[in-house]
Amino acid sequence: MAAVRAYFNNIWIALTTVAVGMKITFKHLFVPAVTLQYPDVKLKLPERARNRLYVNIDDCIGCDQCSMVCPVDCIIIETIKSTPDQDLGTTSTGHKKRLHVPVFDIDIAKCCYCGLCVYPCPTECIVMTDVYEFSEFDRNRLIYSFSIMTPQDIELAKEKLKKAEEEAAAKKAAATAAAAKAVQPSGAQALKPASPEPGTPEQPGNS
Amino acid sequence: MEALENLGVWGSILIAVVWSALPIVFILLYALVTLYAEMKIAAHIQDRLAYMRTGWHGTLQPFADILKLLQKEDTISSAADRKLFRLAPYVVFMGTYGAFSAIPFSSIYIGSNIDLGVFFIVAVSSLVVVGILMGGWASNNKWSIFGAMRSAAQMVSYEIPTALAILIAVMITGSLNLQDVTKFQEGGIHNWVVFGGPLPLTQKLLLIPFTLVTFIILFIASLAEVNRTPFDLPEAESELVQGFNTEYSGMRFAMFYLAEYANMFLVSAVTVALFLGGWTSPFGSFLSGPVWGLFWFIGKCLLLVFLQIWIRWTLPRLRVDQLMYTSWKVLTPFLFVCIFGVGLILVL
Repeated sequence: MAAVRAYFNNIWIALTTVAVGMKITFKHLFVPAVTLQYPDVKLKLPERARNRLYVNIDDCIGCDQCSMVCPVDCIIIETIKSTPDQDLGTTSTGHKKRLHVPVFDIDIAKCCYCGLCVYPCPTECIVMTDVYEFSEFDRNRLIYSFSIMTPQDIELAKEKLKKAEEEAAAKKAAATAAAAKAVQPSGAQALKPASPEPGTPEQPGNS
Repeated sequence: MEALENLGVWGSILIAVVWSALPIVFILLYALVTLYAEMKIAAHIQDRLAYMRTGWHGTLQPFADILKLLQKEDTISSAADRKLFRLAPYVVFMGTYGAFSAIPFSSIYIGSNIDLGVFFIVAVSSLVVVGILMGGWASNNKWSIFGAMRSAAQMVSYEIPTALAILIAVMITGSLNLQDVTKFQEGGIHNWVVFGGPLPLTQKLLLIPFTLVTFIILFIASLAEVNRTPFDLPEAESELVQGFNTEYSGMRFAMFYLAEYANMFLVSAVTVALFLGGWTSPFGSFLSGPVWGLFWFIGKCLLLVFLQIWIRWTLPRLRVDQLMYTSWKVLTPFLFVCIFGVGLILVL
């Protein structure tokens, strides 16, 4: 008798549960879809979303900290020292710029979007934006160059530095020669190195 | 019409060809609509949108799908039995299309008004099993043969409840001719066989519980007959890739697909003709007539097709033993009781 009751009970449960399920799916037929029509409608990204890197090169002082901290080495920076007679201006954060930045390349294909480069930047010039649609057909197009220096500018800066260094070396040689002549008995002063430009050690741009 | 008849033999052949080609035109149109509707219903049940970019709300998607299928390469694996493999989709579609010839679409349109209409449909649609088994076997692929075996077992098992349920409707209406069965139910929704048919009130009231149960069982069995979820074991994409049509591509795959959708309509049409008044209007003589008949018939069928789609996106697939249990231990005994009950009531 129990088996018979279980048999009819099973059938009853089967029918009622099917009805319950179908009621739910029917309700969902009229629930507005959650789909976003992506290219037309975009999801608003969270405020601190990490996507494509952007460098405000006007504010870059060429300190190389972002490049050093990068775990995948996707940032390549080259710098040229400026000569004392050049004034490169100051950044928006008030730091004095002392280095030319002829190369500031980011290979965004390598970037792992960790955001570690953003934190050490003293002038907050490297930031992560909310742009995430930048696929390319050619991988090389994913290497972004942020430097605004033209080849002529770079050449000029290099030449100036070379000249300044030569002048400094000549000055230094002359100074050592004069010192050697003047203070022959006490030789201790001659070992002191003459720096080509006066630098303040707490400035990170002067490594 | 008369001008064609004057042409003699050729005229009558032309008439026959046009007459018999009407259902396929309908099937193609219906398949396009159902293809689209199924995806849309599925998506909205899951709170998605489905096609949105091909035409207005993706309405051109079925055409794009067909174009894609037409362009696809027709591959046949080297180990397959080439002749049977090529033949199988046509056998499946033939079985389905053959059955359409006895479906009364309207009071003036029925492919062939034969006296053994329902019997013919049950017999001819068994050809689908042969085709599926043929395709699965000829593919020479483990998934395909599993799918085909399951399909054969399932369809043979479920043919019994289907036949018994049809028998009950036939007992009440007293005819195997679907046109006669439909005419028997004329006069409004209360005369449909599912509500006891146009019999004296006491008989009708006694019949209603039996006919309702039979109708539900026929619907369940027909779901299994056309391999739709929750009885889609032959296809079972999560277990068997695509079951019997794993190896098929291009137009042959499309043929299987078309046959599946045509089959959905076919079983709905049989259920409608037997239980839901066929082409008769639910409001008696209001809105009745040959054209309205066509509208009512197709409307009722599409309602059942919608029900099939709705169930597909609600229920999970049954296990093989559960499938057999449902057929042999639940549906068949219930139908025996129903046959006994209906017979008793009709005799009294």
